[in-house]
Amino acid sequence: MKIERGDIELAGVCKSFDGVSNVVDGVNLKIADGAYCCFIGPSGCGKTTILRMIAGHEDPTAGEIVIGGHNVVGLPPVQRRTAMMFQSYALFPHLTVRDNIAFALRVRGMAKADRLRAADAMIEKVRLTPFADRLPAQLSGGQQQRVALARAAITEPRVLLLDEPLSALDEQLRVQMRQELRRMQRDLGITFIHVTHTQLEAIALADLVVVMDNGRIKQAGPAREVYAQPHDRYVAEFMGGQNVLSGRVEKVNGASFMLGQAAPGAIEVPLRARSSLGIGDKIDIAIRRDDVALVRPGGALPTGCSTSLPSRVLAIEYQGYFVKVMLDTVPDDEFVAYVPEKTFFADPLNVGDVVVATWPTELARPLA
Amino acid sequence: MPMQSNSPLPRANLAGWLYVSPLVLVLVPFFVAPILVVLAASVFTTDGFGGLTPGFTLSNYAEVLSSGLTLKLYLATIKFTVLTWMFTLLIGFFVAYFLVFHVRNPLLAIGLFLICTVPFWTSNIIRMISWIPLLGKEGLINDALLATGVIRQPLDVLLFSDLAVVIAYVHQLTIFMIVPIFNSMARIDKRVIEAAVDAGASRFEIMRHIVVPMSKSGIALGSIFVVSIVMGDFFVVKVMSGGGSASVVSAFYEDVGVLQYPTAAASAVLLTLVLMGVVALILRTVDIRREITR
Repeated sequence: MKIERGDIELAGVCKSFDGVSNVVDGVNLKIADGAYCCFIGPSGCGKTTILRMIAGHEDPTAGEIVIGGHNVVGLPPVQRRTAMMFQSYALFPHLTVRDNIAFALRVRGMAKADRLRAADAMIEKVRLTPFADRLPAQLSGGQQQRVALARAAITEPRVLLLDEPLSALDEQLRVQMRQELRRMQRDLGITFIHVTHTQLEAIALADLVVVMDNGRIKQAGPAREVYAQPHDRYVAEFMGGQNVLSGRVEKVNGASFMLGQAAPGAIEVPLRARSSLGIGDKIDIAIRRDDVALVRPGGALPTGCSTSLPSRVLAIEYQGYFVKVMLDTVPDDEFVAYVPEKTFFADPLNVGDVVVATWPTELARPLA
Repeated sequence: MPMQSNSPLPRANLAGWLYVSPLVLVLVPFFVAPILVVLAASVFTTDGFGGLTPGFTLSNYAEVLSSGLTLKLYLATIKFTVLTWMFTLLIGFFVAYFLVFHVRNPLLAIGLFLICTVPFWTSNIIRMISWIPLLGKEGLINDALLATGVIRQPLDVLLFSDLAVVIAYVHQLTIFMIVPIFNSMARIDKRVIEAAVDAGASRFEIMRHIVVPMSKSGIALGSIFVVSIVMGDFFVVKVMSGGGSASVVSAFYEDVGVLQYPTAAASAVLLTLVLMGVVALILRTVDIRREITR
């Protein structure tokens, strides 16, 4: 058996450490060959456990893991053609950069001259040539990360598994290394699976974003889909950028329904084709924060806007290209408007001002 | 300290001295002074009845070094030391390895670790005596071997022999290997081992390329303990060999018994120098200070 492709399929994968509760609970997922996939979720959601099961450092309690068409459950990492980059890198502290990178070739029995040549080529690829003879402790965080990447990539894996690869770096370096990861992935043309808890990292990098909670997949899809069209309240709140409101259906008329909620003012929401809603059903809706417009009381609503929610400004944060305005629109949930900088400063608001929050009706989305 | 010693203020210097004073107060009377006394005695002459005449002579050293017995004793001591070191290292390494990498439950690991210290709940003498029912002519091992017909005559080499000496040493000293090796192994990040598995290393390769090099400081510390204890001991040799073997220390113990203090002191100084050489050798191969602060 030889694994040639890096497409991965998880079928009903479960993992339990204590035999009582499942850390990973029936995960089904397909990842295409050569995709950049990000698992994202709060700590303890099972994302790292999935990564370790794909790597072969943990066996699933139930289910199948298929890589390149072969069920790999029970196989050691080498036979899976996977390589893992560990959180905080787990470099061999007593070996030089060169020996760290050449280690996998050494235990594969490659002759010394050959493996050192291969390691040097890889060291050049990650631009560490001047540091080849240093020990890991003598390197900066970013350099250590590149050593870890090179050490994982030298075995020419079909799948590279990265466990929070950027979390040990400071902000500026993180953005820089993010690009480097993406570049490496394109160069190598292999599947990358990246575990993170940073939303920005996930949507900036991934072809496929997998949002997890409590051992289950909440939503999996392209970054833009997960961000702009979250399935449910959890994904909407976790990915951010959305205002989530809940209420009860008051009236259904044709292509839209009216949502009644605690605060005054009904909200018109377009109906999705498949949903069948009855009067009185409880439902969450989401509106992107950058779709919300703020109008002074008495001002005319922009065209296409039918909802108007009177609100008071609670706080204002200047964010550069937009201004974050926090409102008391709904009693329990956060309600935020991202107002473009120029629009905001054309008629600046102050904390305590009363405004009307509105948005184009067709942009409100009912959630599952 | 180094920062303060450069300070122009005498006050800061005083503070530095105060920091080290507890150590100085212990080391000077209990370590430096006795060594100086022995050093002095080794160049004095004796009247043969225990009286020492101050002076300076190297004749004591000449006597010790020219004696054929000295070389024989050193060879015997080195034999015991090397054998004991080998077995304690082998056993100690694998016990520590098992405790650190194969016992998943940390509570169980600590429990097993404590079991390793059980022999120390009783005195050295009792521990040695307790070998007699096992290794003696009518001991358990001989009885068992006779009963199964493997041998016809009871084995003499089991007790009161060099074998018995080494067994007693290994029994006593293995814990001195286990503790430091366990300590350095326990500090190996489990993810580093996993990274090696990920790279395709077998269990043996992980041990050879990762665990052994990363336990070097523990191995060196344990070796220093074992080597210095065995080289400085005469009691186990005396008891377990039944008087048949001797070590370097037994010789100058005899000298002390017959009031030959200067030659005993010269032997002691010589042994100290040899031991320092051995320890220096161990420290040359393993930079313990660097390994520990890493």
